[in-house]
Amino acid sequence: MAGAASWSFNENDFKQIQTHLQAFLRDSNARCALLVDRNGQLVATVGEPPQFDPTAFASLTAADFSANDQLAKMIGEPEFASLVHQGERESMFLADVAKRVILVVLFDQRATLGLVKLKAKTVVGTLNKVFEEMFNRVGTGQAQQKGLLEGAEDEIDKLFG
Amino acid sequence: MSMINYASREINCKLVYYGPGLGGKTTNLEHIYGKVSPNTRGKMISLATETERTLFFDFLPVDLGTIRGFKTRFHLYTVPGQVYYNASRKLILKGVDGLVFVADSQIERMEANVESMQNLYDNMAEYGYDLTRIPFVIQYNKRDLPNAAPIKDLQAALNPGWTVEDGARQKVTPDPSHPGENLIDKIGGDWVGHAAYHEAVAVRGDGVFDTLKAVSKLVLKTLS
Repeated sequence: MAGAASWSFNENDFKQIQTHLQAFLRDSNARCALLVDRNGQLVATVGEPPQFDPTAFASLTAADFSANDQLAKMIGEPEFASLVHQGERESMFLADVAKRVILVVLFDQRATLGLVKLKAKTVVGTLNKVFEEMFNRVGTGQAQQKGLLEGAEDEIDKLFG
Repeated sequence: MSMINYASREINCKLVYYGPGLGGKTTNLEHIYGKVSPNTRGKMISLATETERTLFFDFLPVDLGTIRGFKTRFHLYTVPGQVYYNASRKLILKGVDGLVFVADSQIERMEANVESMQNLYDNMAEYGYDLTRIPFVIQYNKRDLPNAAPIKDLQAALNPGWTVEDGARQKVTPDPSHPGENLIDKIGGDWVGHAAYHEAVAVRGDGVFDTLKAVSKLVLKTLS
């Protein structure tokens, strides 16, 4: 393999993800859910818009999850599929989705960790299927990407002067 | 692993600045942060020790423009250079789309450069990535210092070349930045490839954007 494989998602994927996460937020009383890819790129945000820089947040989330993955291995666990960071007012719950994406749930005193965990289990199961289908579309996905910038060499050259 | 978001019409790519400790990786990002308009860049995040040495990584998101209606968003990362931080260094390489190796030109740092380059090859190989096939640019930094080694020596030590086996790439490819030099050339019957290189004085900003442009362009071209 020359490098890591790319992946893409379209409008329909996005809508599907959004619907599932909105239902999850309603059921769990959590404020906001973010999906971050394991390389630190933000995939989607649902719920109350976060008051922080979501790009920086996504990169730190991925680093946090990766570091914890390595810690798990060191103590003989294959992984920590979920993590909790509990604050006085604001807390975070993180869970692995399809080994490629991280679900981050932000919640405050209106929600309980128990309920968030319980409801997250269901939505993670659903999202696993959605993402696996997306990743399985490798053939079409690659064809789409190949075509995206095909013949755009001049435009790329122009962009960089 | 570039991610294409058709919903928000964005192409997201990950660039990693690698190299020995105190070589100028963070300085590259700081210069970019200072020069790029706040509208086209995000916040710079540094996970550093109290003495400002990078502990985990520095991170800076930059938009480089729009192609075919897609915003090209590059996430720039540096890794900690010190040998003992290899675990966190390796984590940052995961999913990398393009690499910049920031070499310290000082003669005294030659060994540290070679060790770091070897470490980069090893870490990439562990992920199954082939360094000779992904966008890769070398930056020879600190060219202003009196003890800077000649480019020829740095090239021999850090960029000696690799055999190009892919028939489609076996053609003389001139180096656009260095007239008279070739990135791919036939030497003694073998096709040999080299990484593109740029000279820099990152504290003054010299060569910083040339390096960034070179690697970003290579990354976007892999999508075309």
